[in-house]
Amino acid sequence: MSAITEKMPDNIVAEAAIVPIPPVAEIPRSPGVWAEAWKRLKRDRVGMISLWVVAFFMVVVLLAQFGVIASTWQVETGVPFAPPTFMGADAAQQEQAKQETLPLADLSDIDPLAPRYAEWNKRAAEIKTETRQLAPTLPFGGDRIGRDVLAKAIKGAQVSILVGIAAALLATFIGTVLGAIGGYFGGKFGDLLEWVYNVFTSVPYILLIFALAAVFKSGPLGKLFSQSIAPVVIILGAVGWTGIYRLVRAEYIKHRNREYVKAAEAIGAGHMARMFGHILPNISHVVLVNLSLYVVAFIKAEVILSFLGLGVPIDMVSWGTMLSEAQTELVLGKWWQLVAATVFMATFVTAFALLTDALRDAMDPKLR
Amino acid sequence: MLSYLFRRILQMIPTLAGVILLVFFLFKYFGGDPAEILGGLQATPKQIESIRNQLGLNKPVLDQLWIFVQQVCTFNWGRSWATNEAVDHIFTTRLPATLTVMIPILILDVVLGICAGMAVAYVRGSLTDRAVMVLSTIALSISFLVYVIVGQYFFAFRLGWFPVQGWTNSTLTNLAVYAPLPVMLAVLVSLAPNTRLYRSFFLDEIGQDYVRTARAKGVPERTILFRHVMRNAMIPILTNIATQLPSIFIGSFLIEVFFSIPGLGREVYQAVGRSDYPVIQAVTIYLAVLTMIINLITDMLYKLVDPRVVLK
Repeated sequence: MSAITEKMPDNIVAEAAIVPIPPVAEIPRSPGVWAEAWKRLKRDRVGMISLWVVAFFMVVVLLAQFGVIASTWQVETGVPFAPPTFMGADAAQQEQAKQETLPLADLSDIDPLAPRYAEWNKRAAEIKTETRQLAPTLPFGGDRIGRDVLAKAIKGAQVSILVGIAAALLATFIGTVLGAIGGYFGGKFGDLLEWVYNVFTSVPYILLIFALAAVFKSGPLGKLFSQSIAPVVIILGAVGWTGIYRLVRAEYIKHRNREYVKAAEAIGAGHMARMFGHILPNISHVVLVNLSLYVVAFIKAEVILSFLGLGVPIDMVSWGTMLSEAQTELVLGKWWQLVAATVFMATFVTAFALLTDALRDAMDPKLR
Repeated sequence: MLSYLFRRILQMIPTLAGVILLVFFLFKYFGGDPAEILGGLQATPKQIESIRNQLGLNKPVLDQLWIFVQQVCTFNWGRSWATNEAVDHIFTTRLPATLTVMIPILILDVVLGICAGMAVAYVRGSLTDRAVMVLSTIALSISFLVYVIVGQYFFAFRLGWFPVQGWTNSTLTNLAVYAPLPVMLAVLVSLAPNTRLYRSFFLDEIGQDYVRTARAKGVPERTILFRHVMRNAMIPILTNIATQLPSIFIGSFLIEVFFSIPGLGREVYQAVGRSDYPVIQAVTIYLAVLTMIINLITDMLYKLVDPRVVLK
């Protein structure tokens, strides 16, 4: 189709040589939908600030993913429950560390193992050991075993955001493809998809999540993916596709008989080309806005699932696992892990939600 | 009306069949082997084989499906794999606790949501309105967990106003002593999203022509809001309540886990941890049925609220 439209101006220009009308080149080129949307977004100050915040988090996520930062989050760098630096070291803990150890009573005359101590000490000396200097304070404090909370929060951001984005992509993909097929073709197959949709939505979604979690816990699939974030991504994607299916299906029903689709058919575009080449770009704003709504919803869901122990595996850290540790720490008065996880999550989620609002306004000016 | 009701009930059958198929095949092909879960780690192959025979796992798939359908229809799910408690007994004993917490939450949610939403819609466009909107966006972005963790720590552990957790057999004691803190926290958490939602319902109505006409006639703003706008906004509000209604049976699972309330949500959560399939399957199917029935009742209620609605 584009090949034809590009050829058109040439013909007109050729005619223009005979009849003196202003050349077509002077007609201002209309900017594309995306360029227009970008221009509107740039005018939105709140939207731009949230875009920068989200971009900053994305850079952090990428750096953490490739091990540039926070790769040593599992190393115990501080004393247990090291307070944040601005609070200063825990006085009671320092006092305890300073106390001299009492000399051991000499029991060698009755200790049956005494003759062998010298030999064992010699053998122990052959093994190289390293005494790590544990920091009394850490920038954002330390957790129960002295791991840096800042590194954990960054690593947790990586896991939580990746899960949120991957699950949102999966749900959007399933929902878009099924919605496109159901809305475009309709008929028997469309009815079948409607039936599947009704089945999925009639079960309260939290029960569906629980049922899938139970299946992943003891089933064959669980063993396959036990060491990755795949189960929680699949669970959220399989539960979340229904919302976007509904929207995309409605859009396809609206668009399938529009003139531009008929024109595409007239020039020989097949069903697939019409569905995904012609209609999809025209409804992409619906898909994109919902995708970003899903990211926020799924990050929150992941945090709750990981808190309950149904989310990421136990050797990973996410904002949810941090919160579940923080619950017991809070009773001891160690509040910093809770605050770190909350501040990181709230900042990202707020920025992302505001960006979504701005995106919606920018992509669909009619909506206002 | 009657023929509508009849047709709707007929339409439920394929959906219910779908839910049964979904649950059956999900656990059959993606779940673990029930015989191995029941047998435990110490089971000999012979024991596992005998469990398989007992459960009918060696029969053809269609026969197994038939057994499953019979279980659904006769409400006879046997006993929980983990605790050996009858599954229907779990339902009857856990549901009251869940409802004791959830019904107050739902009522307070709606009443406070309407009040706050209307108040914000009344001062729309002002600084207060915008401040409330920004605050609720931020409040929404903090995880539900944080509110509950901090609330439980502060109000129960630190201040000692409420018990940290607990439950008794007396509903009155539960309502007076153990339920207030969970209910208060849950309502507090949903206040921000509800305010936003109800505000948008009221704003949609305030923009309508009839409001302008009423203003032109000189009707005071207060009367417009309470008499004209309120009645019309009841339709979306009712829809919203209807969509939340099915979740009162399970929606409070986090609250129940935090406060050790022996409700249905906590039971299902624990069943996931113990791979207790019968409990999960039974709760999933019956709650799906309940959801469908509630949706049907809501659609009928529309007719009462809004005479323009035609049921077809």
